[in-house]
Amino acid sequence: MSFTIQCRGISKGKAKGEIIVSKDPISFLSGVDPETGIVMEKGHAIEGRSIAGKVLVFPHGKGSTVGSYIVYALKKNGKAPAAIVNNEAETIIATGAIIADLPMVDKPSQDINSLKDGMIAEVDGDEGVILIED
Amino acid sequence: MYLDSEDEKVLTGEYGETRQKMMEILVALGKVFNAENLIPISSAQVSGASYKTIGKWGLEWLNNLDARVVVPSVLNPIGMPREGWQNIDIPREFADNQNKVINAYKRLGIKMECTCTPYYLNITNYGDHLAWSESSAVSYANSVIGARTNREGGPSALAAAMIGKTPNYGLHIFKNRMPEIAVEVEGGDNIHAHHYGAIGYLTGSKVGKKIPLFTNIRPSRDQLKALGAAMAASGAVALYHVKGITPETKLPTFAEEPPEKIIIEQSEIEALFNDEGVDAVAVGCPHCSPDELMKLSDLLDGKTVKKPFYIFVAEGVMDSNRKYVSKIEKSGAKVISDTCIVVSPAMDKFERIMVDSGKAFAYVPNMCGATAKIGSVEECVSEALRE
Repeated sequence: MSFTIQCRGISKGKAKGEIIVSKDPISFLSGVDPETGIVMEKGHAIEGRSIAGKVLVFPHGKGSTVGSYIVYALKKNGKAPAAIVNNEAETIIATGAIIADLPMVDKPSQDINSLKDGMIAEVDGDEGVILIED
Repeated sequence: MYLDSEDEKVLTGEYGETRQKMMEILVALGKVFNAENLIPISSAQVSGASYKTIGKWGLEWLNNLDARVVVPSVLNPIGMPREGWQNIDIPREFADNQNKVINAYKRLGIKMECTCTPYYLNITNYGDHLAWSESSAVSYANSVIGARTNREGGPSALAAAMIGKTPNYGLHIFKNRMPEIAVEVEGGDNIHAHHYGAIGYLTGSKVGKKIPLFTNIRPSRDQLKALGAAMAASGAVALYHVKGITPETKLPTFAEEPPEKIIIEQSEIEALFNDEGVDAVAVGCPHCSPDELMKLSDLLDGKTVKKPFYIFVAEGVMDSNRKYVSKIEKSGAKVISDTCIVVSPAMDKFERIMVDSGKAFAYVPNMCGATAKIGSVEECVSEALRE
């Protein structure tokens, strides 16, 4: 069954991809390799995995504000996530998503724990909706 | 968030793609922080000025922007002085990249001042709304001047500079500016009991991001600068008050009784100071005021420094105080603009650096890979004059 999750739109645009869920916050500066899209923070929930082309679901950003430029770098290198879903948007990730032209939503109406790796989702940043395909 | 019809036009792209993106950033931040509207700002100070921090991707982003700032805007300190970087051991490759960043910002209409003390160059008034980035400048503007700014990141400050507005939240709103913790400083005859860098260093580490109200000190403007800079470095203090001194404490609506209170003890202050030797001395964190340059020129008059002695200052302040600068330089001390103790690779070669700043004391160990010793400016000068 397909279903939708209402959210708040943060960065506009629409994109589809396979979900990858991180239970840990993400620091893009020094936490994600801008050349490969692989999470490199030691001990991180999704260490060693690629976020390229995925719908990246995580609680919120952390670390340096320079992280916004790393999101942009990932986009330029073709390794950016397709879209971003946060529990709570903050400055670094919101700014990064906008300058990199990635759809982003936050404040999902249901717990992001209901989202599982491998599900296919379409994120609509204009309407603030996630459509989960069955 | 409420947008007026002009803002809406910007958001739909009528004034070009760059302004549209910048408005998208402001609107997103407005959502994140529950701002009700945008408010006009009178100036901006943009961080992400050093190539060391923004890197090649930040530079590429800047180079792709196609709009100019609409309010007076300056930069944070960069990694080197624009003139004479060759004299302080800056690698050429770093200088070339740094110059590319500078030129990218210049093209956007940003005034070429790279300083943590923009308030010495642009007139900033009580009640002005600003979008400033550098932590000590934010603290000074909010606390000493009574202007209002949150601590902006690089892109958000640039967005505000290009739109001329910022989302109205946080420290832009008067009710969020009330003190949260009272701070009493134990007085006395001790020589360091009035060292405001040390007091700020200790206070910042105790109060974190709360808004402190100092109840029993009477610092000068330069001492307020040192106090606030140190609290922003060892804690995350963007606004503080000093009873009877800083402007908002004089308002009838000011809340004078914070729920908590701490005491900074004389013994804690004294414990920060020691007699170990150093291999370099640096002052000007934040950048020196004209009065501080005058004092240094008096202290160094007719003398010769025996250790490397660096004095950091905004270029505009250096230019309008040439007579002090030349007297200082006759002693062999170096007066350097645009950059600072913390962000310049020039300080990396030293192992133990003496500073007069609580902020530099907090940052030198991590940023320069050196140990830091703190002293008064007089003690810094005597150390520099010693073999």
